[in-house]
Amino acid sequence: MQTDDVDLKKRALSAANKKAAFGEDFELENYEEGSKISRPIENLQTLDVDSKKTLLQVGVVPSQEGRSGSFILLDNAVAYSSLKDKNVELTSTHKALEKYEWLKDYSWKLVQVDADKYTAKTYLEDADGYFVRVPAGKKGSMPVQTCLLLGSKKVSQTVHNIIVVEEDASLDIITGCTSKKGVEEGLHLGITEMYVKKGATLNFTMIHNWAEQIGVRPRTVINVEEGGTYISNYICLKPVRSVQAYPTVRLNGKGAVTRLNTIAIAHSGSELDLGSRAIFNAPETRAELVSRTITVGGKMIARGEMIANAKGSKGHLECKGLVIGKGSQLAIPVLEANVDDVELTHEAAVGKIAKDQVEYLMSRGISEEEAVGMIVRGFLDVGIRGIPEELKNEIENTITQTAFGM
Amino acid sequence: MLKIEDLTVEVNGKTLLRDVNLEVKKGYTNVLFGPNGAGKTALMRTIMGFSEYKIVKGHILFNEEDITGLPVDERARRGLGIMMQRPPDMSGIKLKDLVRVASKGKKNPETLAEDLGMEHFLDRDVNVGFSGGEIKRSELLQLAAQDPDLYLLDEPESGVDLVSIEQVGTTIKELLDEGLNCPGERCERGKSALIITHTGRILDYVKADRGYILCNGTVMCSGNPMKMLDEIKKKGYEECIKCRLMM
Repeated sequence: MQTDDVDLKKRALSAANKKAAFGEDFELENYEEGSKISRPIENLQTLDVDSKKTLLQVGVVPSQEGRSGSFILLDNAVAYSSLKDKNVELTSTHKALEKYEWLKDYSWKLVQVDADKYTAKTYLEDADGYFVRVPAGKKGSMPVQTCLLLGSKKVSQTVHNIIVVEEDASLDIITGCTSKKGVEEGLHLGITEMYVKKGATLNFTMIHNWAEQIGVRPRTVINVEEGGTYISNYICLKPVRSVQAYPTVRLNGKGAVTRLNTIAIAHSGSELDLGSRAIFNAPETRAELVSRTITVGGKMIARGEMIANAKGSKGHLECKGLVIGKGSQLAIPVLEANVDDVELTHEAAVGKIAKDQVEYLMSRGISEEEAVGMIVRGFLDVGIRGIPEELKNEIENTITQTAFGM
Repeated sequence: MLKIEDLTVEVNGKTLLRDVNLEVKKGYTNVLFGPNGAGKTALMRTIMGFSEYKIVKGHILFNEEDITGLPVDERARRGLGIMMQRPPDMSGIKLKDLVRVASKGKKNPETLAEDLGMEHFLDRDVNVGFSGGEIKRSELLQLAAQDPDLYLLDEPESGVDLVSIEQVGTTIKELLDEGLNCPGERCERGKSALIITHTGRILDYVKADRGYILCNGTVMCSGNPMKMLDEIKKKGYEECIKCRLMM
């Protein structure tokens, strides 16, 4: 074992019981380690109807039409991996680390192993996950789809993903995180480290679709180099016990740009603590963090933070939250400027749907229920303009199925 | 068609309208004059059923049915339609979609929009960043889709430039005359309207049958709208208040 690894292990062990800064504290001992062995899935098309539906609901298409590659992690084992596009590399993190000596300089370099007990556990378990890379100048023709699937009851899934988009390359990824039908309790711990190199673009869409007793602790850090662009859409509309995430984008090169969109619904019994953070470390970097959240009985916390360390940085943070019926909304925007010549702004608003908007639609002969539905769809739609059309339809369906009684 | 009897209305405990009586017969276009703050908009919004206006006395009858207690959507379904002066911004809702829903899928948003020169607005969020004239045309587009029997038009000419006012005026006339073969059919098949106007400029395009003057929350008098407009232009509303006091 190299000294690096010894050091990391030491740090991870020291953080094995370290509570996270935010969110409910989960007792890791209460969950069994997810299996690292899985029977491979031969063909996504021949999966049973329920499994296919589970995948589809998080944007993972079993026919793989319109996708350049597919990857499924079932509990802690790689169950499926296939690739059509020669411009993209898709494999497991373990295999990639074996293949590329250089990759160790990317592994556990953005997310700290001792950030909290969840990162520590993921490191100590030597978690696998997906590795996606696009070589310099290449463009992924279609999105790569990946699925992190919780397949057994009361297990903890640990995941470690690495994405590298080389200079002037571009890539779209759709990641669906979900649980099999009948798996209502569990824990998902997901580490993702993303590297967007000079002039590169990464478009990352993540859909969460869990169950009532599942705890979710993603830990994500993104590095964006000069002239690079990182766009993220995060969508979580179904019931879940607790999600706490605070992805951080470091704008490290001149002119780097990011936009993070979040749309989420907190159902009764759910706690969603969702943040996004942009750190402006280079001149003329830009960020836009937009969150549109709704509570229909759950607890919703929308955090946003922008830290400007370089001149010419410009950022806007927008947290808008609706309370429909019961539930609570907490918007916590933080702006920090450590140099002059920066422009950081924020707009936060929480409250109920405006009655005058509902009645305006009703005056066109639309029922109250329908009017509320239209307003909610419109409210969330603003948060995700620019995602693939088919995903939009799936989101529409979910919203239609959610009861928004006033 | 529309009959208002002894209507008294409060907003947040404050009386805005007192003992208002007013009628619009089938096929008629009536006009509501009055100074700022007289309660014209409140009356119109009360007729449409907006919930902030609390009816403490009186009745609203529409086609002989008492609609005083009905919610907004029920009134719309019975044939009432409103053009608001300051409609709310509807962020995330495209004009195209609202027009489609308002017409219950019966009319094509694109064709309707073309008539009003609003084609480029169909993919815009309703009212968001619209100019005064654009709001009027968007409201008319929605009304055209909705096809009501009684049009409630709150100051259709306000905040509109000279070119747009012609378009707004002609469109309103077309909507009111829709389906009529000759003026004689008006009382049988014509559309009805109640129009709030400050300047009376809309009357260059739409022929009005009867005028009402509303001051301090109550109807001061009614009569020939063109004569009323002349009087108001010459003497202002002071004269109405004096006249009423002498009665």
